[in-house]
Formats: sequence, structure tokens, C-alpha cells
Amino acid sequence: MISNNMSIFLIFISAMMVNNILLIRFIGLCSFFGVSNRMETSIGMGMAVIFVMVIASIVSWLVYHHILVPFHLEFLRTATFILTIASLVQLEEMVIRKNSPNLYRAMGIYLPLITTNCAILAVAFLNIDYNLSFFKSIIYSLGVSLGYTLAIVMFAGIRERIELSPVPKSFKGYPIAFITASLMSLAFLGFKGLFGL
Amino acid sequence: MKIWLSFTKGILKENPVLVLMIGLCPALAVSSTVRDAFGMGIAATFVLVCSNIVISLLRRAVPHQMRIPIFIVIISTFVTIVDYVMAAYSPSIHHALGVFIPLIVVNCIILGRAEAFAYKNPVLHSTMDGLGMGIGFTLIIVLMGAIRELLGNGTILGSPVLGSGFEPALIMILPPGAFLTIGFMMAIKKKIWGEK
Repeated sequence: MISNNMSIFLIFISAMMVNNILLIRFIGLCSFFGVSNRMETSIGMGMAVIFVMVIASIVSWLVYHHILVPFHLEFLRTATFILTIASLVQLEEMVIRKNSPNLYRAMGIYLPLITTNCAILAVAFLNIDYNLSFFKSIIYSLGVSLGYTLAIVMFAGIRERIELSPVPKSFKGYPIAFITASLMSLAFLGFKGLFGL
Repeated sequence: MKIWLSFTKGILKENPVLVLMIGLCPALAVSSTVRDAFGMGIAATFVLVCSNIVISLLRRAVPHQMRIPIFIVIISTFVTIVDYVMAAYSPSIHHALGVFIPLIVVNCIILGRAEAFAYKNPVLHSTMDGLGMGIGFTLIIVLMGAIRELLGNGTILGSPVLGSGFEPALIMILPPGAFLTIGFMMAIKKKIWGEK
């Protein structure tokens, strides 16, 4: 478990490897299976998640500690966070559409879906649940989003190869993808115990 | 007849997890025991039915461009209710589900049904649709929970079933077991019902 007493390095490694958000914590799986068909789209998705997640946790941390807590409105955090994140994603969508139309076309419906990407919202909640300080919550969200990118890019690489391999008929498509994810998750489980985490 | 169809399609033909491939995160994360899976299923079903009812009632009043933020606010209201009710009445399940309770708000099943069904259909159909989808979701995660708990721990709902000679495969209750279980469930479904 992560706490505010841990050093920055340990928080980072724990967020990225030991508690990898996709393979160990099971958060953000829809996009993990949805956009990982091709290497380029999954890199694009990873970058989008890094960008949104870091900014979202900065904004949500400030909103929680400087607006909700002083007014004793903690029970509104679910609604507040999701609305904050939804508007941030709109912003990012506009930026990507303007600067990189190719990427925008490749990711298609998945950009608006980042709004309902549980990974972004989960990190906003976990920053609060773990009682992280402002600086450490940035490090944590950076670690989580890099872990997300690492996992989704590796997974896309494996899936591109699976497409060329003879897979039993009923396992074609999603079933074999899940079993691949299971083996990757097993590998990530090996990080458990690293630095006594 | 059509109302009955709205209800049953969520259970098998359009099962959210196995067929539509949405709502995967909670399905995999909380299915390590039957008890947690059932708690999650009930919570999600409650939110799904209530939000479908409210959205269906408001469907003529909600402007098209503003619909997603409005849906999200409605859904997050019910999620907050579930969160606080669970914390008060069953703190142990609330603790086990952890961050996955507030995350119901971004469960694709709920927003997906609001957008694809409740926004376009009358109240009664939307209620039945929410109930059917919720039951379909609950059935799959309880089934996954049962498989994982049985193979990984040798128990169902905490009581031993397989006897002392059974060597539990710990991997099944660890994260890789969840991916493995759903991978095989999908392959079996494909084998029996063919390509969709």
C-alpha cells in the first residue's frame, strides 16, 4: 500500500511496476483491450493518458483540498472529479484534433472515452485515499500513467504478433488477448517484493 | 412481449461483459470471491436501474449537446448514495471493494445504457433494460467469483467445498487468474454459440 511517508522513488516504482494499474489493479481495461490492436494507436493512447492523468490529478487535488475540504463538501467528490476531468478531456480533444489529425482519426471514439476511462478518475481518488501531498500525488500519477503506457505498448506488440500466429478458432480475438494479458500480469507479479513493497 | 425482450436481452444475448465487452474493470477486479462479486453486482444494478429511470423520465427535457454531462451528474448522485449506504451497512464489503465503488460512475455499462437505451425509450422499458443488464452483469461476475474462489481457495462463500485433498491454485485469486478465467469463459462462449 502506498502512503505519504514513502520516498518519491518508491512511490514512483510502486505505481509504475509493482501495482501496475492495468495488469495488477485492473483499472482502465476497456481502452487496454480496445486500442491495443496496433502499436501506433496504443502509443498515442499512452501519451494521451500521461497528459490527461497528470493534469487531472493536479486539478482534482487542488479542488479537493482547497474547495471541498474547507466547505465540508467531501461527499461531492465523485461528481466534482468526474466533471473536472470531463472538461479537461474536452480540452485535450481540441488540442489533438488541431495539431495531429492523423492521431485523432486513429483513436476515433476512444478520446471521448478517456472521460470514462476509470484510470484517470481512479488516480484522482487514490491521491486522496492515500493522503498524498501535492508533489507526491504528481509523482504518483506520473508513475501510474507511465505504467499504463508501458503495459499497453508491450501488449500491442504481442497482439500484432498473435495476429500472424495459428490460434485455435474459438480463442481468436479477445479470448487469446485475455490469456496473453494473464501471462503479462503474471510477469508483473514478479515485481512484488521489490524494495520490500 | 417487447418489455420482456428489453429485460432478457441483457442477460445473455447482449450480455454487457461477455458480448459487449464493457464494464470489464470491476468484473475482473472484484471477482476474487463470490461475496465481493455479489456486492459489486448489487451496487451496479441499483445505480443502473435508478439512473435509467431518471434519464428516461428526463429524456425530453435534456438538450442533445448537453446530455453526457447531465447523465454523469445523475449517475454520480446514485453512486454517492450507494457509496455512503454501503459504508454504513456493510463496511467490510465497502472496504473490500475500495475505490471500485466510486468508479461505478465511469462503468461503461451505465453510461452506455443511458446513451443507447434510456435516452430513447419509455420508462418501463428502460427500467427493465437496466434490470436485465444489471442481472447479466451480476451473473457473470458472481460466476467468475465462484470459479476463482473454488479453484484458488477451494471454498464457495468462505465454506470449504472441495475437501482437504484439494491443493488450491493460488494463482486463480491473484490478478492473472482473473484474466485467465474471463479468457476461457469467452472462448467457451464462442465455442458454444459460435461467432457473433
